[in-house]
Amino acid sequence: MRIALAGQTNCGKSTIFNHIAGYKAITSNLPGTTVKYTETKTQINGYTCNCIDLPGTYSLTSSDPAELEARKHLLSGEVDVIINVVDPSLLCRSLELTLQLLELEVPMILCLNMIDEAQRKGIQIDAQKLSNLLGVPVIPTIATTGKGLKELFIEVLRVREERRIGKTPKFSKDIEEIVSQLDSTLNSEWPVKEKVPSRFLSIKLLENDEFFINETKRDSNAINRIRPLQGKLEQIHGVPSDEVISSERHALAMNLFEQVSIVIHPPKKDIRIAIDQWVMHKFFGYLILAAVFYGFFNFIFGIGGYIEEPLMEVFDQWIGGLEEFFGKGSLALFLSKGVLQGIAGGIAIVLPYLVPFLIGLSILEDIGYLPGVAFLMDVFVHRIGLHGKSIIPFILGYGCSVPAVMTTRILEFPQHRFIVSILTTMIPCAARITIIFGLVAFFISPNAALAIFALNILVVAISGKILSTFYPEASNLGLILEIPVYQFPVLKNTLKKSWYRIREFIIIAWPLLIIGSALLALMEYGKVDLYFNRFLSPLTYLLDLPVSVGTTLIFGLLRKELSMIMLTQALGTTQVLAVMTKTQIMVFTVFVTFYIPCLATIAALWREIGKKGALLAILFTLFIAIILALFTRIFLGIVL
Amino acid sequence: MDRSPMQTTLDHIYENKKVTVIDIQGGQGIRQRLGQMGIHPGDTITMLRYGALRGPILIEVHGSQVALGRGIASQIIVEEVE
Repeated sequence: MRIALAGQTNCGKSTIFNHIAGYKAITSNLPGTTVKYTETKTQINGYTCNCIDLPGTYSLTSSDPAELEARKHLLSGEVDVIINVVDPSLLCRSLELTLQLLELEVPMILCLNMIDEAQRKGIQIDAQKLSNLLGVPVIPTIATTGKGLKELFIEVLRVREERRIGKTPKFSKDIEEIVSQLDSTLNSEWPVKEKVPSRFLSIKLLENDEFFINETKRDSNAINRIRPLQGKLEQIHGVPSDEVISSERHALAMNLFEQVSIVIHPPKKDIRIAIDQWVMHKFFGYLILAAVFYGFFNFIFGIGGYIEEPLMEVFDQWIGGLEEFFGKGSLALFLSKGVLQGIAGGIAIVLPYLVPFLIGLSILEDIGYLPGVAFLMDVFVHRIGLHGKSIIPFILGYGCSVPAVMTTRILEFPQHRFIVSILTTMIPCAARITIIFGLVAFFISPNAALAIFALNILVVAISGKILSTFYPEASNLGLILEIPVYQFPVLKNTLKKSWYRIREFIIIAWPLLIIGSALLALMEYGKVDLYFNRFLSPLTYLLDLPVSVGTTLIFGLLRKELSMIMLTQALGTTQVLAVMTKTQIMVFTVFVTFYIPCLATIAALWREIGKKGALLAILFTLFIAIILALFTRIFLGIVL
Repeated sequence: MDRSPMQTTLDHIYENKKVTVIDIQGGQGIRQRLGQMGIHPGDTITMLRYGALRGPILIEVHGSQVALGRGIASQIIVEEVE
């Protein structure tokens, strides 16, 4: 049995999903967090079910790839039960999707999630009445605490058993007539591949749905029968046929909403409205934004620096101990030193910065501050030819480039997706942030690290400007973004999410670090690293870096953290300042921050924007990295 | 379309004013996107605030807050509610 969670963005589908799947899907108070589906097997009263979490979709007429993904699953005919998750405080708008889902004639349940939020807003919903009107069970839940979810899944089994299909409320008489006219001609000759109910198809065709209209054009002349009927609708109502249907659906939704909901009291004077006044303010909003990010920065550095220093001392002693134990120059020494440095790098350098960073990011996401950032930054992002929604992949890029590249699916236009995908790989991800903290902030000064972040933003903006001049048609499109209300994060969920991301480092990246570190040690023992270093010597010479860092840059292509861990290995000491000047540390970090994305990111780019796009990203970032590192070298050479 | 003197575009409305949507100019794409956010002709919108430097506007419609770019706002024809 396949159960699909469908609903508009940010209504809590993934939160429900995680409740039954353990933590498998990233959730946040940010519309469009889920961009591809996640599937899990689960047991409900002894039945094995496949539950899929779909990206949020505002309607079944889709305009961005994330929505198309949801639609593809819903139309596949392989879904046995749809759980339509709805935010009851936005019931009226959400019902428009519900009405379309009902037309699919699949057993369905309406889940009123975040029912507590609606009550706080003073909206009371008569679930029983709504259930009677739509012919499907209506279950109120609070997914963050798990309330109501047991009942929800028991109902899933019941509607499946009874094959209970809801009622589709009827449109006005004249529209229904045209729908049934088309319906009957479709039945004689089915013009599309999809096996969807004929009423559903008729409505979609009348709505001028791009996907289905193109389907019919493939090998039938159904279009000749569709156009006159569309024309008839337009003639009667005086507006385009898609607008006729959407206004009609809107009216139906409004009508349902008015029948089942009562506003019992005006929304309680919420502290969140007062917060909003400041956070979104023309002037103070930007001050708060700067303060939040400055505070965030110091939070990470404060914790990380405090832990890094004593841990490094301990590991240095141990590494020194190894030398005495195995004797200089032995293979055992090289190998054990390599392994120990890999372990040390993970514990002493990466985790102290990664953990506070990921927890902080999760909190910001769950509170719902990021859409506000998109609102504030839209005007600046606009200047570089993009719109405010692009800020969301950028911010996620500070976590990890892979999901950031994938999140570009929330952008409607391919040109935007292309540009943002490439730019987002230049945003320092958590791994590169730990490098900036672990090397620059730790060995030079926190302000030098801040300067790198500032330089990065500047360069991303300029690169955006350059890239968007190649795609000029993208520049005059506007922002349409829902700004969700702030949520007080449920600590347990925020920590679970942070753990989900930290675990990724521990089980995938860290073993790689240890293996890579040991491998480099072996290469040093066999003097193989010299070949790599010689190969990269023109670059290291140009940037005035120690020749031995060459190999670390190659390892960095696998995982960005490797560049730093390898650095200590390649230089033969954790006391980086003893062998590199401050200028060299800056040049190295600037280069590592910008150059070629890691393998996983290249794979993601390949998927999202194609082989050529990925190649362009590689060359573009390499070019920028060399220029900037060279600039840093020359600039610091003059200043220092 | 000729407009009655009461009508203007959404980007010309003062903060905290309530308006009714009269018409949405622009193609099917924009109409659909706005429709999905609950903005159709006949709906009531409250203007909440303007972003700095001709940045986006923030409106409330059917209980949710939506940010709209100025370009899009200038395609929404509205009439102030008395």
